[in-house]
Amino acid sequence: MRSEGRLALWLLLSPALLWLTLLIVLPHVDMVILALSERVRPRVYEFGFGNFAEFFKEPLYWHTFGRTVAFSLLATLATFLVAFPTAYYIAKLMRGRAKSLAFIACLLPFWVSELVRTLGWIILLRETGVVSTLLLDLGITGGRVEFLYNDAAILVGLVYSSLLFMVVPLVTSLDTLDDSMIEAGYDLGGNGFDVLREIVVPHAVPGILSGSIVVFMLTLGNYVTPTLLGGKNSLWFTEQIYNQFITRFNWQLGSAFGILLLVASSGIVWAGLKLSRQSLGTVIGR
Amino acid sequence: MPSANRSDLEIRSLTKRFADFVAVDDVSFTVPDGSFFSILGPSGCGKTTLMRMIAGFLREDSGDIFVAGRSIAGLAPNHRPVSMIFQHLALFPMMSVGENIAYGLKRRRVAKAEIAARVTTMLDRVGLPGAADKRIDQLSGGQKQRVAIARSLVLEPDLLLLDEPLGALDLKLREHMKVELKELQAEIGTTFVYITHDQSEALVMSDKVAVMNAGRFEQIGTPRELYYEPATAFVAGFVGNSNGWSGTVETIADGTARIVTDTGLGLAATAMGPLAAGAAVRVFVRPEAIHLALDEDEVAGLDNRFTGRVERVLFDGANSSVLVANPGWAEPVTVLLPQTSRFRGLDAGTQVRLGWDAGQAKCFGARS
Amino acid sequence: MKTANVSKGLLAALVAIGLGVTAASAETLRLITWGGYAPDDVVADFTKETGITVEVTLSNNEEMISKLRATGGAGFDLAQPSQDRILGPQIEYGIYKPLDLAKIDAGQFIASMLEATKANTTVEGEVYGVPHVWGTDGLVVNRAAAADVKDYTDLCDPAYAGKVSYRLKRPTLIAFAFAMGMQPFEKYKNIDAYEALLGEVEKKLVACKGNVKAYWEGADALMNMVRSGEVVAAMAWDTGGWKLNNDMPDVTFVAPKSGALGWIDTFAIPAKGKADDAAYKWINYVMRPEIAARITAAAGNFTASKGADQKIEGKLKEQYAESFPPEAVDNIKWYPPVPAGLEELEGKVLDRVKAASGN
Repeated sequence: MRSEGRLALWLLLSPALLWLTLLIVLPHVDMVILALSERVRPRVYEFGFGNFAEFFKEPLYWHTFGRTVAFSLLATLATFLVAFPTAYYIAKLMRGRAKSLAFIACLLPFWVSELVRTLGWIILLRETGVVSTLLLDLGITGGRVEFLYNDAAILVGLVYSSLLFMVVPLVTSLDTLDDSMIEAGYDLGGNGFDVLREIVVPHAVPGILSGSIVVFMLTLGNYVTPTLLGGKNSLWFTEQIYNQFITRFNWQLGSAFGILLLVASSGIVWAGLKLSRQSLGTVIGR
Repeated sequence: MPSANRSDLEIRSLTKRFADFVAVDDVSFTVPDGSFFSILGPSGCGKTTLMRMIAGFLREDSGDIFVAGRSIAGLAPNHRPVSMIFQHLALFPMMSVGENIAYGLKRRRVAKAEIAARVTTMLDRVGLPGAADKRIDQLSGGQKQRVAIARSLVLEPDLLLLDEPLGALDLKLREHMKVELKELQAEIGTTFVYITHDQSEALVMSDKVAVMNAGRFEQIGTPRELYYEPATAFVAGFVGNSNGWSGTVETIADGTARIVTDTGLGLAATAMGPLAAGAAVRVFVRPEAIHLALDEDEVAGLDNRFTGRVERVLFDGANSSVLVANPGWAEPVTVLLPQTSRFRGLDAGTQVRLGWDAGQAKCFGARS
Repeated sequence: MKTANVSKGLLAALVAIGLGVTAASAETLRLITWGGYAPDDVVADFTKETGITVEVTLSNNEEMISKLRATGGAGFDLAQPSQDRILGPQIEYGIYKPLDLAKIDAGQFIASMLEATKANTTVEGEVYGVPHVWGTDGLVVNRAAAADVKDYTDLCDPAYAGKVSYRLKRPTLIAFAFAMGMQPFEKYKNIDAYEALLGEVEKKLVACKGNVKAYWEGADALMNMVRSGEVVAAMAWDTGGWKLNNDMPDVTFVAPKSGALGWIDTFAIPAKGKADDAAYKWINYVMRPEIAARITAAAGNFTASKGADQKIEGKLKEQYAESFPPEAVDNIKWYPPVPAGLEELEGKVLDRVKAASGN
């Protein structure tokens, strides 16, 4: 390549490279350095793995960590179970205008911020909220019921805020499934479940995986939903990171936590791809 | 063994409407056990709708479907003793060839070892031994075709429905598969119901062909019957090549009608069905029934005689034909080029004589 | 309401670093403070008088310290941390600069409060804070529904199961320690003794968790729960109780038997502040009795401005008198400076309480 051409290429790439370096690479390098420094006395730090040791020594930390990962997987599964019928309906049974409308309906909740959406759920679920009042007025419950501040409330909130990110890739991949494939599945003696398990789901695997990866990452890194809906019982790892950074002023431990979260989420995504024999390129790059 | 007169498929007064459009209009027919039956018609004639009702993907508005003497009209597709080969085959790309064929057997909870044995046998039978572990995308078009057929036949259906499965193949392979399909059907003896818009496929392979138009069957018959004794104007025009004119009956005597075409030409033709003077008709003559001559004498004895000028020679080996124009005709007439040395030098512009007997020209009452 | 999440916090830090370079002109005072401490009308009048514009950022103790730590003390020209939270962070991170007491009009301050604050914020002989607003933590009680809640530990009474609330922060630990008859401030110097004390408090809070409706985070959330009747007693600031009292006469602030916890928010100048003169002008301006009285009206809390309380009128004065009989005022426990290291112990206790299954 001629030198002017190369120069032009570098100039073209420089905004992206600067962006990547300044906002992604440097902060991560900084985080690694922070995570590997131990406090000796005020304003004196030295290199060491003490922060990581602290994570494994304190049951609370790895318990929260494990719970967050497990809960994120559960939320991803729940999102999939809710999103799949929706996506199937949109992709296979709807046509034209109705299809676009259904898509927009899925998108609608995302026109407001996550915080507002979560506050909406609080209004619905709190003890003096809409659901509780409705049940009481209908005589189904004898008194007011508190639906907030438990794992189910967190799950509802997480599934709700992740739904779109599962529905879109699922619709895209189900759209490419030839209807005659489904008919052939029935024609050869399969019932609805057989067709779903043997044909529809295997075909949708790349979509399922890309949706799951996005939802899992979003859930794992979510802060607002678990803390607000979970209240006194939320116990979410990002909350720990926030606490270490903001209320404990312990940036070293917070950085170590951040790195652990990054490693865990990357590891789980990698394992998911390996187990399903897909490559990141085919799943995300479609 | 089924008795000789048992019918494998019987359709009674089947009707299907979409909004105000009648896709299949009161169709009845029977397909004898073990035969190769084709439904031939232009696109939009309702043949696909008819087939999808037989397979169970569409519910009929009225009428009934019997397979082996039993009504299957209310059954779901997976409970019908009918299997279908889809237009684009619908092989499952996420499964290997063997898994594709085993799919239906697994649904019937056949033992694993038996599945393996039957898959192997079936692959041998369709000429793909040892292909069980191949991926679908490793197969050629013809091989895919055979896998699709194997996948259906391994279930030993009473009836195999084929929805223009040769449409996607290139011409050479299509010609080859026509013969192969016919041989396969003769060998295994399963009843085939084949739908197509390609008359050549229908004529070559079928024992019987139904010609469908606008939701109705125009005629059911052997390929020869359809070709030589078309029952309606539509069949005459659709099956094989024909030259056609529109006209009015002037006189009719002894089954021979004298007709004046819309362009003022006089023709003699055999009346197909009762016709009265003054009736609007369509007249058809096949290209091979027209006698092509250079001298007047050669066509002297024929009922219809014309003079024309060669407009173009369409050379296609044994199927070569000539387009002959006459100022009195709206369109040039197609005539089969005799394979004799006399016509080898025939060129555009040559004056020729055409002639045919009234028996070779068929005239049908035109539907208004 | 705490709406920040981790990424926002980090982003704020990043932005603060970026902005640190482009320092505001001398005519701008960047103030990081609490809600109500810099009412719009006071800011407008200050600008009219001095020509200095004031950019107000609302925050709390932890965020103030975190933001200043992220920038090494840049990005703001004046901060208002609580007096007990200056010493530790200053030793640890050096985020403030010493005050030039000559530039502060000491005559405007209540002398005793000024001296106490100076003493508590002195590091290596330099003073880092002077008092501004003070108030107490105690109980907000709906007297119609929970008349016999007199002390923090009464919040754990099974009679009020699911109807009480408090924050999961260090004041709660201190408050429960006092209510349990212990003396946490006396053990500040002895880490082991303090840890043992925290152990007791932790047990109590874990046992009490089932009683708690939610650990409140923002004042609005708490007020919401009290207004709707979902919560009948809570540990909260005095002003919160008085505000509720305005439209719900049954609800008010109660100084607990073991004593309300007294806090003082100060003025401190960040180490890399670039408008010290403006900062001193602001301090002297808002400490004028008539201005201080307006801030009291806006924030609901009294100030360290001498004579300002004479200018407070009507309702707030009555509410104060009702909540604080003279013996209750004497019983206020003022927070001493927090030695380094304690907060880490407390943090773990709070984490464990949060993690405990209390349902």
